[in-house]
Amino acid sequence: MVENRPLANFITHLVLVLGVIAIALPIWITFVAATHDEIRMAQAPLPLWPGNQLWINLKQTLFGTGLSGTETAPVWLMLFNSLSMALMISLGKIAISLLSAFAIVYFKFPFRMTCFWMIFITLMLPVEVRILPTFEVVANLGMLNSYWGLSIPLIASATATFMFRQVFLTVPDEMLESARIDGAGPMRFFWDILLPLSRTNIAALFVILFIFGWNQYLWPLLITTDTSMTTIVMSIKQMLEAAEQSPQWNIIMTTALLAMIPPIFVVISMQKLFVQGLTETDK
Amino acid sequence: MADIKLTDLTKSYGPTEVLHHIEGDINDGEFIVIVGPSGCGKSTLLRMVAGLETVSSGEIQIGGKRVNELEPSARDIAMVFQNYALYPHMSVRENMAYGLKIRKLSKAEINRRVEEAADILEIREYLDRKPRQLSGGQRQRVAMGRAIVRDPQVFLFDEPLSNLDAKLRVQMRLEIRKLQQRLGVTSIYVTHDQVEAMTLGDRLMVLNGGYVEQFGTPIELYDRPASVFVAGFIGSPAMNFVPATSDNGVATLPNDAQVSTSLGGHSGSVLIGLRPEHLIPDDAGAISIDVEMVEQLGANTLLHGTLSGTDHAMVASVAGHVTADGDSQHRFRIAPDLVHLFDLQTEKRLAI
Ligand SMILES: Nc1ncnc2c1ncn2[C@@H]1O[C@H](COP(=O)(O)OP(=O)(O)O)[C@@H](O)[C@H]1O
Ligand SMILES: [Mg+2]
Repeated sequence: MVENRPLANFITHLVLVLGVIAIALPIWITFVAATHDEIRMAQAPLPLWPGNQLWINLKQTLFGTGLSGTETAPVWLMLFNSLSMALMISLGKIAISLLSAFAIVYFKFPFRMTCFWMIFITLMLPVEVRILPTFEVVANLGMLNSYWGLSIPLIASATATFMFRQVFLTVPDEMLESARIDGAGPMRFFWDILLPLSRTNIAALFVILFIFGWNQYLWPLLITTDTSMTTIVMSIKQMLEAAEQSPQWNIIMTTALLAMIPPIFVVISMQKLFVQGLTETDK
Repeated sequence: MADIKLTDLTKSYGPTEVLHHIEGDINDGEFIVIVGPSGCGKSTLLRMVAGLETVSSGEIQIGGKRVNELEPSARDIAMVFQNYALYPHMSVRENMAYGLKIRKLSKAEINRRVEEAADILEIREYLDRKPRQLSGGQRQRVAMGRAIVRDPQVFLFDEPLSNLDAKLRVQMRLEIRKLQQRLGVTSIYVTHDQVEAMTLGDRLMVLNGGYVEQFGTPIELYDRPASVFVAGFIGSPAMNFVPATSDNGVATLPNDAQVSTSLGGHSGSVLIGLRPEHLIPDDAGAISIDVEMVEQLGANTLLHGTLSGTDHAMVASVAGHVTADGDSQHRFRIAPDLVHLFDLQTEKRLAI
């Protein structure tokens, strides 16, 4: 819009500024809290400017044994657990959805549409709904306290399958026919043509799924009892409850800060592909 | 290089048969154009030869070998699609090399072939570009290049020029023709454009509603159209049709004008066909047209009107400039052997 209306401009900017503050202020407070020592954080008022304890807090958080009075895994291990879980979930979801969408779009087999609708119906069954039977299955398979147990039940994804189906449907039929004349078999077509053509969509989905995986709370809580399998999102909650004395805000906030970094890194590094993947339509 | 033989070929989608008993022998090195209106089954026929559609019944032979059950890649053909179907994420070079890579040719051989084809098509400087960085005409060349590098027995083209602008279309048409003559590869080319068909084809297969109306050289189709459909489809402006009664070499038009024909020994109701360009102005001629509109094309003039005393539309094409105002009557004659006669019921050509 090229109109110049001062009042409207003012209001739009005000809304934007308020939005930024609403999002950025908690992050700032987290950051500030991570730079002071325990004593300062226990006093009111809360500091608004960074102190000089960041390095010490980081070291203690990453490699220490958690809050004083509790015995938890060092945060580097939790970060590693979370990262493994998020990567396994997002890559697993992408791999499975790509293959099932490929089967549904490009192969004519009996009950093809039935399969599609069955996958589609699982949209209504996120892990929270089927948590008890799923736990039962995972426990019987002996996958408690393992990366497999953390990720496999979350891997099946109707949304991603549906999205890739839509992507594949936009690929012109002639692309397949051309590849058939060139002598490419189905899997070769998948690898050489379909995957590169879906590159940006895969990236966009990866960003979304990585964050989905990273933020899992309920399922890891249920399935891990061993402290060495704790994920970082779980641990923040536990830290708040665990301490008998007043919470060690500096450590908790440093952990929170560390927990934010991988998702931010993924979003920023894939930003360009992400936007392309969501907006580009022609193949 | 190979000949192609289509025997009693039909294609059905479910209960609907879209191609009916197609027969055709295509000689080695021939350029065949399949032409017909949209939806008549041209692409379907071509795609059956390519192996992209199954054959419902009948047989396709390439080089004397039945190919009905063979995968497209095993038929030794190459196809150029209307939308080119280039792989968007591959460079021109990779696009052309892809099929060869799958066939596990050596790197050196692939490079040699790609560069040779690039030279023929003058696309060497674009080899490292992506298709989206090329113009329509250049993409068209790349699509041809991809066909050439395979060194196939048969080229198949499905309306490859219809996405180009008119000028480029004429230019590419000539180039395709020259290229085909140079390489001598048997080719089947599908188009709905009769001018393209006439200029390109050694022989034309005219399809209508899934039936072969006629299969012959452009001149045969023009001189001796086998049916009213072919007669109306080939030639521009289209042939005039008037019902008449034929009696031993004389046809009587609805306005009682009498035209001599070369069809002796036949009597009955017929449809006669008169090509606009065969009507010769002659004040003593039998055919009189009430001209309503004059179209000056420069080299010739089109006179649009009706057969005098009737409301049958008629067009005459006269060489040079003719000045005529609307509402004037013009008379024409026509040589007897240029009068085409068709059966009124079957719309088939009456023997001669
Ligand atoms: N996959 C299909 N399923 C059903 N009918 C089809 C299919 N493909 C083509 N047809 C029908 O077959 C006829 C011929 O189509 P096509 O060969 O594409 O015509 P053309 O190329 O001459 O325009 C059309 O009537 C079309 O509706
Ligand atoms: Mg077509």
